[in-house]
Amino acid sequence: MINFDLIFPEIFLSLVIMFLLMIGVFKKNSERLVYNLSIISLIILFALVINLYTFEESYIFNESYKIDILSLFTKSLVLIVAIFIMISSFSYLKTQSILKIEYPILILSSILGMMVMISSNDLIVFYLGLELQSLALYVLASFKRDNILSSESGLKYFVLSALSSGLLLYGCSLVYGFSGSTNFNTISDQTFQTQYGVIFGLVFIIVGLAFKISAVPFHMWAPDVYQGSPTSVTLFFAALPKVAALTVIIRFLYTPFVNLMDQWQTILVFISIASMLFGAIAAIGQYNLKRLIAYSSISHMGYALAGLASGTNQGIQSSITYISIYLVMTLAFFSCLFMLRKKSVFYEKIEDLSGLSTNHPVLSVALLIVLFSLAGIPPLAGFFAKFYIFMAVIEQSMYFLAIVGLLSTVVAAFYYLRLIKIIYFDKPKEKFEKDHNIGLKITLAISTGILGLYFIYPGLLNNIISRILLI
Amino acid sequence: MFDVGLGHYLTLGAIIFTIGLIGIFLNRKNVIVLLMSIELILLAVNINLVSFSIFINDLSGQIFTLFILTVAAAEAAIGLAIIVVYFRNSGTIRVEEIEKLKG
Repeated sequence: MINFDLIFPEIFLSLVIMFLLMIGVFKKNSERLVYNLSIISLIILFALVINLYTFEESYIFNESYKIDILSLFTKSLVLIVAIFIMISSFSYLKTQSILKIEYPILILSSILGMMVMISSNDLIVFYLGLELQSLALYVLASFKRDNILSSESGLKYFVLSALSSGLLLYGCSLVYGFSGSTNFNTISDQTFQTQYGVIFGLVFIIVGLAFKISAVPFHMWAPDVYQGSPTSVTLFFAALPKVAALTVIIRFLYTPFVNLMDQWQTILVFISIASMLFGAIAAIGQYNLKRLIAYSSISHMGYALAGLASGTNQGIQSSITYISIYLVMTLAFFSCLFMLRKKSVFYEKIEDLSGLSTNHPVLSVALLIVLFSLAGIPPLAGFFAKFYIFMAVIEQSMYFLAIVGLLSTVVAAFYYLRLIKIIYFDKPKEKFEKDHNIGLKITLAISTGILGLYFIYPGLLNNIISRILLI
Repeated sequence: MFDVGLGHYLTLGAIIFTIGLIGIFLNRKNVIVLLMSIELILLAVNINLVSFSIFINDLSGQIFTLFILTVAAAEAAIGLAIIVVYFRNSGTIRVEEIEKLKG
């Protein structure tokens, strides 16, 4: 007998999507209604997922769907961040006149894809979740359809993401052929060090997933797509697909390919070092804040992968902590970006920040906290995130990885500190508008609050994460 | 007589896959060609999966293929829609002219 309680959140979400589509079709001017209903349904969904924490690790549908603490934690992370993204981006959508009924529905469908992906324990289920997520994201990237930058970013994202799905699928086909099954547990039993077919497939799968989290050398889409898409979509891109893809990477590396650890460890160390260094160095010459945050997210993904490369439970936990704190930082940074508005135009150049502190002291302090946290300066949350990663890496005596990570932190600190210098010491410019939507203010307050006060009680997050034990 | 084994199918799949990859990276002319290359890659995967499925006597490969065909159709539809939107804004779909976003 299948226990449908375990998959009830996904079923609920897919019903909500169809229901909201129907409202959108039959009721005129229902944009606001659909938007608010989708926020409410995300909150209900969050409660439903939290409710599942009481279950033990379990499988449904012939072991093709796995509910464990890892999938529940990342699902609740995705949902809570999605709620804040929706709340904070409402005024942006309205001023940019892209508040259409399709927008929240596309966001909900990509979240459904992510939830399926996170829980998948089978190649087919994983592929379907991934594609549901990406198909919605292609449309979201080109959502401002009368704008050439937005449609160009959609086109670029479509071509490169479809290519990466192709590579990933080729890997899946090889893994299926040489291990004889699509189920992760069976693949893990059938896989040995000497099977070159499976190792070949593993490489393709890692390449495809590295595309999705924009790790070097598969990062080239990220800066263009981040810059061209509407800012609310950029926020979505920078936050949620990365959590889902990172969870899938963890799942792949530690369930089907756990016997091939020697092989994937080398690849992961390389990708991680390349991402950390490239993200830190390439961001120096940028003048667009969204482009800058793209490079910064590339280097952050490098740190998260460094934790995974260590191959221990502590490493997995540290990289999940890292990605959780990264999400909060992204949310806070983009809430600040949403506030840079003058006469319904949003400003996104670095020079627009010049002298922000004279006219907007509160916003400047918030940006200061976020930027210091991104740079990893104690006692802010970003420091602890990096600290856990380096602890896990050094414990495995991977000193080279740790040293490169520390060095690239120093390089990256340069451009974060330069932003702070521009905000506090450069000539002030014209004031930005101050009448912000209450949701945006709440989001900024909560996220900077978390970043600033994390050190008082880190156990709150760490207690849940320390229950994630995969090997 | 000449016997066709798993290796031949895999080689065919690998050749088609490589043609698709080269089509994406060497193509300087038209975005539609990119779309065709992506389809080629997915078809190579399908050949792989079906031949594996027959040679290891397991049905899930063929089921996987059906899903891939469906998703590929949806992907092509969305891709064409995005190309139309882009063409309306810029008046061209030549790959070398897609360079508004740079830095």
